[in-house]
Amino acid sequence: MEYVQFTLDALTLGSLYALMALGLVIVYGILRLVNFAYGELIMVAGYTLYLLGGSPLPWLVMAAVAILMAMLAGIATEYVAFRPVRERSVTAVLITSFAFSTLLQNAALLFISPRSRQVPMPDLFTEAVQIGELIVPIRNLLTIVCAVSLLGLFALLLRKTALGLALRAASSQFRMARMLGIPADMVISTAFAISGLLAGVVSLFWLGRIGSVVPGIGLEPLLVAFIATVIGGMRSLQGAVIGGYLLALIDTAFNYLLPQDLLAFRDAFTFSIVIFILLWRPQGLVPGPATGQRT
Amino acid sequence: MTALCRPTVLMTILLLIAPVLAFTVAADLLEVRLLERITTLMCINLVLVLGLQVFMGNSGILSFAHIGFMGIGAYASAVLTMPVQMKGMALPELYDVLSTVAVSPYLGMLTGGLVAAAVAAVLSYPLMRLSDAAAVITSFALLMVLHTVMVHWSAVTNGPRTLFGVPRATELYLAAGAACLMVVVALLFKESRTGLLLRAVRDDEVAAASLGANVSTLRWRGFVLSAFMAGLGGALWGHFITSFSPSAFYLKETFVILGMLVIGGPMTVSGAVVGTLAVTAAFEGLRMAENAVNIAQVLPTRIVGLTEIVLAVAMIAVLAVRPGGLVRLHEVGEWVRFRRGSRRPSGAPPDSM
Repeated sequence: MEYVQFTLDALTLGSLYALMALGLVIVYGILRLVNFAYGELIMVAGYTLYLLGGSPLPWLVMAAVAILMAMLAGIATEYVAFRPVRERSVTAVLITSFAFSTLLQNAALLFISPRSRQVPMPDLFTEAVQIGELIVPIRNLLTIVCAVSLLGLFALLLRKTALGLALRAASSQFRMARMLGIPADMVISTAFAISGLLAGVVSLFWLGRIGSVVPGIGLEPLLVAFIATVIGGMRSLQGAVIGGYLLALIDTAFNYLLPQDLLAFRDAFTFSIVIFILLWRPQGLVPGPATGQRT
Repeated sequence: MTALCRPTVLMTILLLIAPVLAFTVAADLLEVRLLERITTLMCINLVLVLGLQVFMGNSGILSFAHIGFMGIGAYASAVLTMPVQMKGMALPELYDVLSTVAVSPYLGMLTGGLVAAAVAAVLSYPLMRLSDAAAVITSFALLMVLHTVMVHWSAVTNGPRTLFGVPRATELYLAAGAACLMVVVALLFKESRTGLLLRAVRDDEVAAASLGANVSTLRWRGFVLSAFMAGLGGALWGHFITSFSPSAFYLKETFVILGMLVIGGPMTVSGAVVGTLAVTAAFEGLRMAENAVNIAQVLPTRIVGLTEIVLAVAMIAVLAVRPGGLVRLHEVGEWVRFRRGSRRPSGAPPDSM
């Protein structure tokens, strides 16, 4: 029975992690931009939910608006932090996205509040069902179903649509793709919008676990996405998903296995694993297409 | 050391130290407590920014771990210098070996730098093989590891709680002296053989490696020196603030120090100095405005975070408009020679930052 519980825990966490990682890697894969402001997209969705909290709208509408705002914030990231420095070095792009992340966080501090704010969540999120001897929160099942169907949809989008083809072409040979008439700015904006969409969905379930939103909420998802993509391979979308599930497995295993006094250092262990994996395989477990131009 | 004989280097040192000393003396003579405090903090920040410049400027790799080493320096010096009685209260779980020593703060600061350098030397060697995004993410991971350890190693750091009772030892002139010394160190490193080779690696890794430059060893030397300076800066800061918690050595501080360097210009020592002076001035002005508004209660809520927003906008603007920062390629000493009509030394390619 414990194994089933463990598997379910790991799957739930893994689904969330996989979505987070995918949102980060969709941008990295095409542009080699590590988007430090990614966590703040989750924050934006969270604050949108909080601001809509008092309104009479049904929860699903609020959720949709929150996801939309995250997508808009993603596109804004592209315009503010990325487009002006796209032609410059990796370092410059990293710094601007780090600056934009601080900007958004402090805007939340300034205009909303440094304290945590409750977000509205549907009753469904707090209920649980009994399966055999296990009591499983419905939220966990929803997370798994939602993540798996989103991943499936995403795979379909990439494989079967013209947009997907353009995205894949841009991520393997940006310059060549441009020469063949794929509009670069459109592809990049789309990548950021998809990144925002994934962040928005993640935000709903992430907030469902925590219950409230603070300006610094984006850090943990960002770190998770970092680790997962590094484990899985920074340039491969499948790698990111695999990395997400693998990281959740490692985390859950640490939770079950580590003694209490070492559990506090769990993050240090996980990050050490990242460092070792990068040393052993700088490309990650699943290597992606070779180049990374973005002009 | 021979670099010291070169007139451009000497001129740069002179021109960079002069404003720092001028501020210091002015702050001392005016005897305004606030001004003294601001100048001392500015000098400490200068040490930290110069430390970051030593690695980031010469190797071209963004390092997030820097502030982690600042924390190591601050805690190492604090633990070594706190009076024995104080330790009983502030750090009851401290190991026996450490709980009976209390050295002079000056020795403590030096040790703080050395401990940070030693930790960096051990941890960073394998990381120096990495370039670009992988290098940045590992340095980010390193900051997380260092932060997690600081937060949870209660025996030495008092955990996430504030460590209090660190002896106050950083005076205005000590901080200014350290800052000036570090200007010289950073310039000497830049002009040294290692610094020159490291800059060659920055400009073209493949070409430099093919000519025999040992990329990881060069970067490692820069990183260790950078960590030493960060540790020293952290120790100076710790003995100035006298009570702090691990959250002081995290992303917020990273952002401020990085912002100073990026705005000033990471490739030059002059850029580090100019950036620190400019950002400190702007920051303090804004903070005063923020406080004035908060005290006058013009607005319904307190203003927080405005300074960070302005700094973020400034960083993005600088990188978009003038990617090399305010002082891009040539140290201030070289400008003077240029105006006299002598030939400008050939510099790095214009857009490698």
